[in-house]
Amino acid sequence: MKDRELLQLEETWAEPRGFIGWFKCVHHTSIGRRFVITAFIFFLLGGIEAVLMRIQLARPENTFLGPDLYNQIFTMHGTTMMFLFAVPMMEALGVYLVPLMVGARNIAFPRLNAFGYYIYLLGGIFLYVMFFTGTGPDNGWFSYVPLAGPEYGPGKRADVWAQLITFTELSALVVAVSLIVTVFKLRAPGMSLNRIPLFVWAIVVTAFMIVFAMPTVALGSTCLILDRLVGTHFFNPAEGGDVLLWQHLFWFFGHPEVYIIFIPATGIISAILPTFCRRKIFGYTPLVLSLVATGFIAFGLWVHHMFTTGLPRIAQSFFTAASMMIAIPTGAQIFCWIATIWGTRPRLRPPMLFVLGFFFNFLIGGLTGVMLASVSLDQQVHDTFFVVAHLHYVLIGGSVFPLFAGFYYWFPKMAGRMPGDRLGHWNFWLMLIGFNLTFFPMHQLGLKGMPRRVYAYLPGMGWGGLNLLATLGGVIMTAGVALFLINVFLSLRTGEVAGENPWDAATLEWATSSPPPPFNFDSLPIVAGRDALWDMREGHSGSAAPAVVTGVRGDLREVLVTTVLDAEPDHKTLMPDPSIWPFLSAVATSGLFIGSIFTPWAVPVGAVPVTIALIAWFWPTRKEHLERIEAEQDHGRTPAPPAEPVTQGQA
Amino acid sequence: MRSKRRQWTAALLWTVATSGSGCAGVQSALDPAGPQAARINDLWWLMLWTCAGVFAIVISALVAALRRGRAQPAEDAETERKMTKVVAAGVAVTTVILFAFMISDFVTGRALWSLASPDAIIIKVTGHQWWWDFEYQDPIPSHRVRTANEIHIPVGRPVKLEMTSSDVIHSFWVPNLHGKTDLLTGHQTVTWLQADRPGKYRGQCAEYCGHQHAHMAFVVIAEPVGQFNAWFDNERHPAITAANAGQQRGQQIFMSRTCMMCHQIRGTDAGGRSAPELTHLASRESIAAGTLANTRDNLKGWIVDSQRFKPGNKMPSHDLGDEDLNALLDYLESLK
Amino acid sequence: MSHRESTLDVSHLPGYAFGHRSLMWWGTLGMMVIEGTMFAMLIGSYLYLRGRVPSWPPGAKPPDLFYGVLNTIVLAASVLPNIWYKRAAERLDLKTVQIGLLVSIVFAIAFIVIRVYEFRALNVHWTTNAYGSVVWTLLGMHTTHLITDFIDTVVLTALMFTDKIEGKGFVDVSENAFYWYFVVIAWLPIFAAIYLLPRWI
Repeated sequence: MKDRELLQLEETWAEPRGFIGWFKCVHHTSIGRRFVITAFIFFLLGGIEAVLMRIQLARPENTFLGPDLYNQIFTMHGTTMMFLFAVPMMEALGVYLVPLMVGARNIAFPRLNAFGYYIYLLGGIFLYVMFFTGTGPDNGWFSYVPLAGPEYGPGKRADVWAQLITFTELSALVVAVSLIVTVFKLRAPGMSLNRIPLFVWAIVVTAFMIVFAMPTVALGSTCLILDRLVGTHFFNPAEGGDVLLWQHLFWFFGHPEVYIIFIPATGIISAILPTFCRRKIFGYTPLVLSLVATGFIAFGLWVHHMFTTGLPRIAQSFFTAASMMIAIPTGAQIFCWIATIWGTRPRLRPPMLFVLGFFFNFLIGGLTGVMLASVSLDQQVHDTFFVVAHLHYVLIGGSVFPLFAGFYYWFPKMAGRMPGDRLGHWNFWLMLIGFNLTFFPMHQLGLKGMPRRVYAYLPGMGWGGLNLLATLGGVIMTAGVALFLINVFLSLRTGEVAGENPWDAATLEWATSSPPPPFNFDSLPIVAGRDALWDMREGHSGSAAPAVVTGVRGDLREVLVTTVLDAEPDHKTLMPDPSIWPFLSAVATSGLFIGSIFTPWAVPVGAVPVTIALIAWFWPTRKEHLERIEAEQDHGRTPAPPAEPVTQGQA
Repeated sequence: MRSKRRQWTAALLWTVATSGSGCAGVQSALDPAGPQAARINDLWWLMLWTCAGVFAIVISALVAALRRGRAQPAEDAETERKMTKVVAAGVAVTTVILFAFMISDFVTGRALWSLASPDAIIIKVTGHQWWWDFEYQDPIPSHRVRTANEIHIPVGRPVKLEMTSSDVIHSFWVPNLHGKTDLLTGHQTVTWLQADRPGKYRGQCAEYCGHQHAHMAFVVIAEPVGQFNAWFDNERHPAITAANAGQQRGQQIFMSRTCMMCHQIRGTDAGGRSAPELTHLASRESIAAGTLANTRDNLKGWIVDSQRFKPGNKMPSHDLGDEDLNALLDYLESLK
Repeated sequence: MSHRESTLDVSHLPGYAFGHRSLMWWGTLGMMVIEGTMFAMLIGSYLYLRGRVPSWPPGAKPPDLFYGVLNTIVLAASVLPNIWYKRAAERLDLKTVQIGLLVSIVFAIAFIVIRVYEFRALNVHWTTNAYGSVVWTLLGMHTTHLITDFIDTVVLTALMFTDKIEGKGFVDVSENAFYWYFVVIAWLPIFAAIYLLPRWI
């Protein structure tokens, strides 16, 4: 592409500068980067909360934290990790990488995506401000009623929790919609559905799961706030309500939630293995089918969180069967990955090390999960430290280790520098050893009778030794994370400058500079296989198939829209300009959400600034209008007549 | 080299984590004292060994995958086909194992519920923040026996627990005997128990229920039939009349202060039901739902300032002069 | 990438498209799935609560049918101007679109007004019991959708009377009609839950 065209692209897609400009950015790499950093900060906060708990539990009847503070801290830990770190981090990676991986210039609905980020940020800040001023939620991250209800949960703590749910689910939903539409409609020509990278498949499955699961918890948290604020009786048994209704509503969301956290991690594994094993992934089709199957089955497991509530045994049996069945597609994935590694002598650099750590840890977690699927065994270990061990093995083993693998892998792309190898190794080993020392003893603790969510335990119980061991493990793990931060800091300043494709990977995000320009690609690529860059390299000599797209305007923010199944070019559209309105809408919406935990009048009153902000967001400026007219009437065409098939490719 | 280090790490972790702690314990699922805990324990070991085997095989495959081959392998159709067969076999074996687990679970589940019998002892359990209300049922209301935080059961006889909560959700769990069952507000849940050998089995609330969830324990004392009958007969009797002046004074203090508004002592005017029943307090092992041993000193500390031991609990502090306090303690200690 | 590679020229492709070819359609569909799931869960909760009591509705008469049926008719009827202006939008017929949108606004005002009477005819308050709570929430959530769709339509109508008319605007109009269908169709199971179930189960 000629330099003149590149300069034009730079000018067209330039991100706004300055303080106010920061709030107007809508490009997915800007928002994605902020998303990742914000989610990581919440990870650190959640980690600090974990360390505080471990200090308190290091010995019997410790007085480091009293019950009130401990109960708030374990609630904040779970809430932060699940709602403010895990899901947002996975979505953040999706936001940053998916448009690049499918060869698009931007994510679909960029302003909506930005709004999603701000709502998440403001919700997280709200939660922590309330916590630091003594109103932190203290009923656990799943906030059971009646404990969280109006009678036993005085004050605003439970309302803060419930409204945080509203913030984070709104954010997750709008980002999920943006991601789905990006993958369906903005792929590079030639990238038919059976050629999209597995990471993109994982994000799509996850986004669909978010769309079906999150509304349920939004409904539940709304009912909880209504019970607490205006006197409804959804969960009040005295007036026909039911405490178990809360559990059903929550866990119908809650179980898919953990797969929402896990499935993108499988996408990261599937992205990294081919690169480091230098071969294409083994079993693309079974892997895709496993992802989809897992996504579906995940919705049929939720009652396994309620095995001790006295539900009819036949119902419980069904959920045991389903909970065990989900191990089949997961197992298939693991076997395909091992087959990918087989005989390839992969380079054991930090991304690959964390992948191996994932195998070791997640396998343990998955196996204890199968144990928990059994009603009989679950009745002993439910709500004990055995479950705490299990959930951390699957979440840290199954998602955090892959995330760290992903951080090391995509750090060059995002930051333009290579991450340090030596520190990376130390980081890995400290995290692996620390993690296992912390959580493995907890299996034993649970079997020996230690329930969850206890701020102290009696000396005669015999739990002191294992608890101390777990705390020591926590210290080691913290050191590992600290090394990661140091590594990031040092690499940003003095790391080796990264080229376009330092790992020699196959997917399209590596087909542009590190970091990518705000228009993502110099030329829009065309794809001819599953491993875009490897196929291009191999087929380059003598192939007559087109390699790049032309005819998309560089002087306007124009993008190419393609068909859903086969990614054939269909029409072109303009991406919206940067705008302050997504941010202001998020502020207005936050005002409505926060106000409504104090008075129901906040809803109609708060709706006014929200409506104004949304209208301003949508209303076209003169500049935008003129640009659209020009783009639509390009090359002297008048707007195309309706309902006529496009001459090139089918819709 | 690295893979070897990982295997060593794994072995080390196992050893460290399981050493020195053992299975026996006063609140341990791995030390069954009844048929249900025993069946669950059997299932546990079956699943543990099988899963350990699966773990070993998969990790070995991973290690082998890492160590084999050269840096640039040939991706020929022949190897891919073989690999596909292996992967398919892996999925098939996984499915078979899962089925076996499922069947084992169903069989165990049936056994767990097979204690139902018409000659069972029936105990109504009501959960409170943060103590346990137990009432031995009887068709004749005046034969019902109410107590708190401690139950005795005869060895070898099934016990049916009919449970509910008066406030928030709690969970009844005595691991030596059986898995847990929740106490739900607005529902009744049922579980069965049986002890096959005498002993004291500690239980603890296993559903987060607020501030003092950590200190909401109870004890199940299984004893031979003769001993149980003796205990039960004693429990059935109302409180012993105060024998001496000190105890009488203590009783008077109890009845004239707020104590009687919450605590029931059968045979007296104290009929409150929102706190633990105290008719035979002195015969119990512990107070404050298993938090403190039942000694005079602990009882004194509890009455004077229970918040020191269980901050946030619902018992108010009482400011009594030494004489009055001693009288009250005399009275309470007489409630055998 | 070398500029001497062969290229795929897409310059002749149109600058907007209707229906499932457009990004907006998919975004609107996403919104429908999300809201639809929420309504489905709420109706599920309704049925769950029904199973917990011996008689239904507990402690109250079923809601009076008149306003509910009237509003259902008005809502169903509102689909007609919707279809009309949706097709007009796809033909780029501005005049018809403007009239159609104005007619829709009249319908919207009508059913919001009738909705007020529906609330008053529920024969139960949300603080009475769980039945009252779930019925008010069902009706309330749907009303929120009516109001937001009304505001959307007003804003879009205003836009179509300015001089900022473009192809994308017509696509937005078409999608607005699409979403309106959803608000009407979603009403049917909610109507059944609020008005018919208390009489049937």
